[in-house]
Amino acid sequence: MGMTVVQKILARSTGQAAVKVGDVVEPRIDLAMSHENAALVINQFQEVFQGTGLEPMVWDPDKIAIIFDHRVPAESSKTATNQKKVREFIARQGITKFHDIRSDEGGICHQILPESGYVRPGQVVVGTDSHTTSHGALGALAFGVGATEMASVWALGRVLNVEVPGTIKVETAGRLKKFVTPKDLILYLIGKISAEGANFKVLEFHGDAITKMSVSGRLTICNMAVEAGATSGIVPADAETLRYLKEEAGVNEPVEPVLPDPDAVYDKTVKLQLGRISPQIACPHMVDNVKPVEEAAGIKIHQIVIGSCTNGRLDDLKLASQILKGRKVARGTRLLVFPASWRIYKEALKKKYLADLIEAGAVIMNPGCGCCLGVHQGALADAEVALSTTNRNFKGRMGNPNAEVYLCSPAVAAASAITGVITDPRKGE
Amino acid sequence: MNKVVFKVGDDFSTDHIYPGRFMATILPTETPQYAFADYADFNGKLKKKEVPAGSVIIAGKNFGCGSSREQAASTLKGWGLTIIARGFARIFLQNSINLGLKTVICPTIEAEEGDEVEVTSDTVINKTKKRAYYIEPLPRARQVILDAGGLIPYTREKLLEMRRKK
Repeated sequence: MGMTVVQKILARSTGQAAVKVGDVVEPRIDLAMSHENAALVINQFQEVFQGTGLEPMVWDPDKIAIIFDHRVPAESSKTATNQKKVREFIARQGITKFHDIRSDEGGICHQILPESGYVRPGQVVVGTDSHTTSHGALGALAFGVGATEMASVWALGRVLNVEVPGTIKVETAGRLKKFVTPKDLILYLIGKISAEGANFKVLEFHGDAITKMSVSGRLTICNMAVEAGATSGIVPADAETLRYLKEEAGVNEPVEPVLPDPDAVYDKTVKLQLGRISPQIACPHMVDNVKPVEEAAGIKIHQIVIGSCTNGRLDDLKLASQILKGRKVARGTRLLVFPASWRIYKEALKKKYLADLIEAGAVIMNPGCGCCLGVHQGALADAEVALSTTNRNFKGRMGNPNAEVYLCSPAVAAASAITGVITDPRKGE
Repeated sequence: MNKVVFKVGDDFSTDHIYPGRFMATILPTETPQYAFADYADFNGKLKKKEVPAGSVIIAGKNFGCGSSREQAASTLKGWGLTIIARGFARIFLQNSINLGLKTVICPTIEAEEGDEVEVTSDTVINKTKKRAYYIEPLPRARQVILDAGGLIPYTREKLLEMRRKK
């Protein structure tokens, strides 16, 4: 019986010829990523070793990546103390893939991993962050775990007791029209299958729109696979994956894509007709409360956020700057821009995207998660409304349960910044 | 027999259980104070110790969706709560099992705040409504971790086993 990509990856990482859905496996881990929550992982890791007489050392310091991004620079002494504890642990353990708060290496974990060439097709990647699904964009099996599960990985180099998940095939037909972006594709899918539509399953993406999409766009769709409950999202590696790895991630050694068998068995197939879809909006307070932009147009917005692990990449900033060039952010609306990494920041600076955004009145923030998770860098007042290219709009997500968050693409965000209300970017054409 | 002390709907996220602004607090001994922080009434009852251990939260589908933050499981475990939901999101369910938070998958459960419920091996009995609802058993991959007392002791066993083989 044929296998899907993820089943093949799991077979390979457990040294078996084949696995089937429901098998319990303990895959070897190629990359284990954490951010500031490594502080909790360290705590749990030390507990694992208690009473064993063994020295608490990680299984492989070259396979652990730690990136500070959730609260950079530290917003409180508590965070600063956690970051200090993590730095000391990294030094003690000899962990090599560490990205501190620096403009020559820093950024959001889900951008740093791909752009540094850490993620390769066929790998098994775990991260103490639910949006670890992002890395399926490179044809890897990547999924989020909790801190204790990561402590277990640090000790053993394996994830214990994983059930081989079933796979939902997403078959796209048609091409995305101008100003309709990968973000709109994934919001449309989540709206269609719901926030638990892919719970405990993998979303495997296919079709013309995916083949023609850059790795950057694929990172956006795989990033939000978890918002449909998916264990992972994955785009089987192809020519674009290999191009990205070579040209953008500096990977020179040979890469071996893992592809689904032609007779792979899927739990189901979801067909998406993309030719006629509009830009999409996820309305408060659920990510599956999705509508075409026409139905949300005119809603007053106080704060607009462009950036994050979902939409803070170079093409996102380019699109936003093209729309905002020579225009002004509406009075009464604030526009915050968070590039996904310092490499992107510097590239956008060189290409004058940031200059155009700044001239329009945008505030360029330092790369990081920023206000997405409601900690700092852009709090909302009671009854204020945010429009954001981030990935979650749960009540209270941006720190105030009495505010509202709408989710959208960078094109919608930029067009709406000019008017101060939710605006269809196609209207400016 | 245990009382239902809080009822929530579908898609109750980890941001609702443990808001992101408290994520710098990590230790299981410290996280309980922020459980349901944006639900001031219930958070207040917890902090005033008006909710005895073993009390039950009833939830709809997809409880614990969103962030992988383990604080969402440790904060509930700290108060000794049992979560009976129509369904759980994957990472939250795994975190709960890893930490030993009692979670019960009960796809048809109906109960209101104040109802008395009893969890047996295969059903949840709502004593107030005088009705029983079937429990969906945990996948066996997860049951063994629970049986070992959580992922830390389970990992410790595996670690010692691996070192012995070397």
